[in-house]
Amino acid sequence: MNAPTKIDTMTTAMTYAQAACLALQEAMRADPTVVALGEDLGRGGVFGQYRGLPQEFGPERIIDTPISEANIMGAAVGMALAGLKPVVEMRVIDFALCAMDEIVNQAAKNRYMFGGQGRVPLVARMPIGIWSASAAQHSQSLEAWFAHMPGLVVVTPATPADNYGLLKSALACGDPVIYMEHKELWGMSGEVTAGAAVPLGKANLLRHGDDLTIVTWSRGVSLAAEASEKLAAGGINVDLLDLRTLWPWDQAAVYASAIKTGKVLVVHEAVQVAGFGAEIAASVAENTGAKVRRLGAPRIPVGYAQVLEDESRLSAAKIEAAARNILK
Amino acid sequence: MSANPPATPERLLGLYRAMRRIRAFENAAEIASQGGVAAWGLAATSTPAKVRGPLHLSTGQEAVSAGVCGNLTRADLLTSTHRGHGHTLAKGADPARMMCELFGRATGYNGGKGGSMHIADFSVGMLGANGVVAAGIPIATGAAHALKVRKLPHIVACFFGDGAANRGPFLEGLNWAQVFKLPVLFVCEDNRISATTPTGPMTAGEGVSARAQALAIPSEKVDGNDVEAVDAAAARLAGEVRAGGGPRFLHAVTYRFKGHVSVDPGTYRDAKEVEAALQNDPLIIARKKLLAYGVAAGGIDAIDQEAEAEIAAAIATADAAPWPKVADAYTDILDTGAGVWQ
Repeated sequence: MNAPTKIDTMTTAMTYAQAACLALQEAMRADPTVVALGEDLGRGGVFGQYRGLPQEFGPERIIDTPISEANIMGAAVGMALAGLKPVVEMRVIDFALCAMDEIVNQAAKNRYMFGGQGRVPLVARMPIGIWSASAAQHSQSLEAWFAHMPGLVVVTPATPADNYGLLKSALACGDPVIYMEHKELWGMSGEVTAGAAVPLGKANLLRHGDDLTIVTWSRGVSLAAEASEKLAAGGINVDLLDLRTLWPWDQAAVYASAIKTGKVLVVHEAVQVAGFGAEIAASVAENTGAKVRRLGAPRIPVGYAQVLEDESRLSAAKIEAAARNILK
Repeated sequence: MSANPPATPERLLGLYRAMRRIRAFENAAEIASQGGVAAWGLAATSTPAKVRGPLHLSTGQEAVSAGVCGNLTRADLLTSTHRGHGHTLAKGADPARMMCELFGRATGYNGGKGGSMHIADFSVGMLGANGVVAAGIPIATGAAHALKVRKLPHIVACFFGDGAANRGPFLEGLNWAQVFKLPVLFVCEDNRISATTPTGPMTAGEGVSARAQALAIPSEKVDGNDVEAVDAAAARLAGEVRAGGGPRFLHAVTYRFKGHVSVDPGTYRDAKEVEAALQNDPLIIARKKLLAYGVAAGGIDAIDQEAEAEIAAAIATADAAPWPKVADAYTDILDTGAGVWQ
């Protein structure tokens, strides 16, 4: 799973983890101010998403840190103010909660509160989602917390191509980006085109259909695609939108589809209550009058045993059922 | 490593001037803030004060700002606390633009978006006062880390209060700076009170210096009201940091003359303690030393008058300065998605 060394090939099959690795490698080759810092990065990161980079860039630029999440994030703010472009690895989003002051009060507020004197060009990677029976503190999807926060861009890639292209855009963005990879997608394979940055704030319309709009992101995308296939077999055709970026989110694309189909189902793995789906559903209802429904997890912590964990998991079957329900 | 600056009348006069400018600034800001915020059972006045909101004064603590910043270059960086006017002025900021910020005017350093609690002048390396205790520590370590990666010769001065030693980022930041041998001078400005509660009974062990020493960070404790002592210690420690020795820790013990915020009468403190502290005013101490050096009283008085005049002019400038526009509420947030607020 080393980062592919050939970067001039047009299109290469690689995993979601390798795609991010390649994007970072290219950025670090092009710009000596890009550094990465976090726990266990010296060994390529706990998910292998930095593999090969310590060997190429050394410990000065791939920085192995103590288990000090507050200082990792706070130091990244200081690094950004002093001329670096840090990529912060929070390991899992659950650990980013130990750095909430540094994210919310420092990174997100710096530019505004100091009147634009400084900028904080950092990318904070904090993998989300349920994986490997990891229970309540290693499985959360907290994207709504950050989408709520002025001063942050929020990105949720769903495919290798997007993980490459969105990370490239995040690295070039110039403002703090909360970058949420999904832990169950690390091994997903797909074609990645070198140099193909994916713009922030643009949704990806994956299927065209007139009966229903499904809006989702991250892990929800492939499951919703599977559900859409099954619905299509029964004659129900879906407009499937992968938002890709939650802030800014592609309101124009969602509203256009909502106006066309008149029915919008928002799907996410996060807890449904006060999830970002609520924001989308309300905005769609206010702006288009379309019928809206949400599908998210119940408001329970993620349990360990399979039978408990499954209660919080999205599935193609749950999405299909929710879609049929809104069409009733 | 670095020789102490010679204790000369000229050097002390410079330090005295720096302190006097801070004192004049704080006194003027305090007057302009009366009635500005509802706190301590007091209502805000119906006519808005010129300085609204919480104003954390560093009155009485001037020797720490002056003594440390006298050993920094313009290119050195600094992180501060909620009580940051002194650090900002001593680092080289313009008091008129600072006062404009306190008044919430468009011509303030932050365009009126930050106020006193976020006073900053990035152009002189002052990376910001902070509304969260200890929050400057990780930022300082990161700035120092960047200086090291970029192979720049500058250092970072990281100011925090005694209360910060009881927050987690204090440990994380000190450990980080020592592990990576970063160019940070940590300055604990110990005014002995955490907001309204004495810090001592809330702090286990032998105090902040011992915590630094536990991480093998060389630490010095000084009388933070004796500007010459602060200057000498800061010179030594900053010199060692500059020479690549890794972080150093300065523990400067001082006293906050005013309440936690300007409208706080601070009645929770023993009147005798406050009275004794007022006798130990860093400006009185420095003035006595200057007289003992043979500096004429008239020369010292002239510095006082210059400082008062400079700050009076800053107040007049702030009073006449324009307000931010409503549209400014929507700038300096993000480039990506700018224009989309809902």
